[in-house]
Amino acid sequence: MATASVPRTARPVVRASYVRRIFSADSLAQAIFLVCALAILAVTALLVWELWTKSSLSRDKFGLTFLTKTDWDPVAGNFGALPFIFGTLVTSAVALILAVPFGVGAAIFLAELAPPKASDAMTFLIELLAAVPSVIFGLIGIFVLVPMLNVVVPVLKDDVGLGIIPIFSGPFYGVSLLTAGVVLSVMVAPFIISVSREVLLAVPRDLREASLALGATRWETTWDVVVPYARRGIMGSVFLALARALGETMAVTMVVGNTPKIARSLLAPGYSIASVIANEFAEATSNLQVSTLIELGLVLFGLTIVLNGAARLLIMATAGKVSQ
Amino acid sequence: MRRDPGRLSFRRKAVNAIMLNVTGVCTLIAVGLLFFVLGYLFVKGGFSLNFDFFTKLPVPVGEMGGGMANALVGSAKVLLLATFIGVPIGFLAGVYLAEYAGTAFASAIRFVTDLLNGVPSIVIGIFAYAIIVIKIGFSTLAGGVALGVMMIPIALRSTEEFLRSVPVPLREGAMALGATKSRTILTVVIPAAIRGLISGMMLNLARVAGETAPLLFTALGNQFWSPGWKQPTATLPAMIYEYAKAPYEDWHRQAWAAGFVLLMLVLVVNITARSIVAGGFSHKQR
Repeated sequence: MATASVPRTARPVVRASYVRRIFSADSLAQAIFLVCALAILAVTALLVWELWTKSSLSRDKFGLTFLTKTDWDPVAGNFGALPFIFGTLVTSAVALILAVPFGVGAAIFLAELAPPKASDAMTFLIELLAAVPSVIFGLIGIFVLVPMLNVVVPVLKDDVGLGIIPIFSGPFYGVSLLTAGVVLSVMVAPFIISVSREVLLAVPRDLREASLALGATRWETTWDVVVPYARRGIMGSVFLALARALGETMAVTMVVGNTPKIARSLLAPGYSIASVIANEFAEATSNLQVSTLIELGLVLFGLTIVLNGAARLLIMATAGKVSQ
Repeated sequence: MRRDPGRLSFRRKAVNAIMLNVTGVCTLIAVGLLFFVLGYLFVKGGFSLNFDFFTKLPVPVGEMGGGMANALVGSAKVLLLATFIGVPIGFLAGVYLAEYAGTAFASAIRFVTDLLNGVPSIVIGIFAYAIIVIKIGFSTLAGGVALGVMMIPIALRSTEEFLRSVPVPLREGAMALGATKSRTILTVVIPAAIRGLISGMMLNLARVAGETAPLLFTALGNQFWSPGWKQPTATLPAMIYEYAKAPYEDWHRQAWAAGFVLLMLVLVVNITARSIVAGGFSHKQR
């Protein structure tokens, strides 16, 4: 191209420098950087493509009924995803019910009350808790939490009388939806704490000062002024936590009981989308089973994408710099 | 409407004191949980750990003893591969975003990266299964690809963040001296941010080192040494899972020992990485 557009009479120096500019180390470097940036788009697109095409067998056979059927019988080739969707949603809901009040409380303390140095030190420790691998939470779940709940739950159920509430009825074997929810709550709480703390710290100082100057107590200032201002960011942190809880595999698999049934009681064993993929994928006997498991992966992918997107928008709405 | 000012103020004070203390208790519980996890693994895992753990192969059911030497080497191989796949792509793309990209393109890439970062690890495992395992079978390679893909988003975001924190006048200085843009990045910007970049990569590695779910059906597992890159291999996290769910007392002991080793690795890398970057800020101000 370059040679064609340059007349023969042109000074060769100009042509050489033009060619050199095109192929210079500088633009070559830029091209490499750009290719890598585009590679991320390619990898993500390929991920979606593979999930979509590799689940076609299942999608063609079951259609949308896949999401509403309740039986899971690999031998008969009959697959329904509802028990797993149910288990995933229930364990995540339990996790949030436990972790949100607790996490927001801790975030308020760290952002509003603790001296900055102590706050930083404690946040550091809480963030280390977030770095603990999930399989280790599973280990503690199996060998510490399950025996502990085996002592505590019968007392609460029979002696305190919580057993008459339907969601706490029925026999308890240690592994259950409740157990998985408790383990998940410990795993997601650090996310809620550290993101909410940052959002609270981004609330302008004037607001606090104005409220205190009007005679509000420290708590009233926090609860009626600071928290409402940071409301959306806190919601964002909860969504992030939910996205993580939905996709969490190991800790749930180890304590949920792995039973594909829809139970009324939280004390009954259940199953989750991620757990069934982890347990059955390597041993799947038919192409159809692999395909259904991949479709479950697609469902999980869709759920987390929506939640993550919503979380990011909410956090950005409160404090632009926190989202980075 | 008048109320007794004394009583009202007492109630407000009481609510204030109670609620503030409750938030303090929440924080203490959160920090306490970390110490509980650490302490429990120290005691259970520390006592279960012995020299054999690092040097011997797993033994068949019924025999006592043995170790997880093959899982340690397997994990190291998988992580090495993951680093070679994830870090270069993420790093170079991060440089592009921080130094070249226009706002619209940059936010598009950033959006997709966050999306990829939010994908559950088990789904990334399915992806590695679809592109590698179907072709060459369960292997170290497949496990490395799965973890490598997981490393890309964080490598990108941390690179971008740390390069952006390098002051613009440094770049202007280099360019005023006649350096090209790529030379400026290579010899001025990256060296200025090097501590942050290294710590970002370490945190990234620590995060995927504990990943178990995507390895279950990519690296699979192996009771013996895995000779090359195309055979199934044992990995430390997958071994913990396998041993914890087995009904043998001696295997549980091994699981605790492995959990202890894994947790120590992850925490040491985390703390080191964070202290590197804490030192980096004073460096930058100079």
